[in-house]
Amino acid sequence: MFGIIGKKVGMTSIFADNGKMIPCTVIQAGPCVVTQVKTVDNDGYDAIQLGYGERKPKNTPKPLIGHFAKAKTSPKSQIFEFPHFDKQLNIGDSIDVSNFEIGEYVDVIGTSKGKGFQGVVKRHGFSGVGGATHGQHNRLRAPGSMGASSFPSKVIKGMRMAGQTGNSRVKITNLEVLKVDSENNLLVVKGSIPGFNGSVVLIEK
Amino acid sequence: MFALINYFNFAAFKKRSSMNLIKTIENNQMRTDIPEFSSGDTITVYYKIKEGSKERIQHFQGVVLQRRNSGLTETFTVRKISGGIGVERIFPVHSPNIDKIEVNRRGKVRRARLFYLREKTGKQARIKESRS
Repeated sequence: MFGIIGKKVGMTSIFADNGKMIPCTVIQAGPCVVTQVKTVDNDGYDAIQLGYGERKPKNTPKPLIGHFAKAKTSPKSQIFEFPHFDKQLNIGDSIDVSNFEIGEYVDVIGTSKGKGFQGVVKRHGFSGVGGATHGQHNRLRAPGSMGASSFPSKVIKGMRMAGQTGNSRVKITNLEVLKVDSENNLLVVKGSIPGFNGSVVLIEK
Repeated sequence: MFALINYFNFAAFKKRSSMNLIKTIENNQMRTDIPEFSSGDTITVYYKIKEGSKERIQHFQGVVLQRRNSGLTETFTVRKISGGIGVERIFPVHSPNIDKIEVNRRGKVRRARLFYLREKTGKQARIKESRS
């Protein structure tokens, strides 16, 4: 696995060679610094810890400043671990967007936009119960039946109900890389990715 | 001294706004050879059509109803009456498939979106020519 930390910049569209308009998302990815290398011998598992984004030293806890000083880098605002990294990297190494190629497929992980507490119609795509007329009352966006009666005499676990919608970790798989701009550290992927503009995303391949 | 270096890095990180970053992606595909036109103008769009390996050019003449979006995603809608039936086509302004655009007539209109033309026919659907 190879991964990098980035920031969602926003969506636009670009023209393909055949003149078709392709919707795409621009991600500002990297450069990331390796802040720790975890090994099976030392930590029980194998992973690479990456840091991304600047942070004022004034606002950084002292233990973290020491952690970043070990990698000989300035304090970073984001730290993420990537297990089973393909590339052999040492502490203090820097990786950037040039590790991606056009035409490659990547996975993007982000935090989806929060929608608050939502009913089943919005949360799970239920159709609601019946129509608005013919004596129906208060049932338009209701979930309907939750199960049978005397057997099983309970609601089965995992029944889809209302609740917090969005604001959760979402992974979008197999997004095609359309453009790589090493100069500005930009990565353009086909389609949409989770979260608000400016939110932190992880890109894996 | 360490803190001083970090402060400058932080400033560089914040400097570029996200819209500018999107523009760096869009800029190399933006076309500069498209003439200026707006809603109410009568234009002819010469559009390249690929059929297998052959390429031919089709033209579409009509009134511009609107221009929408901005940057590379900007599009415009052209309406014409073909055989008594209104036909509308939406083109991306910066599409590489647009061969050229000719502005035939500058219209004088008081709106940016001319959807009221859809309900008008014949004499009522006329647009005054702007004299400038």
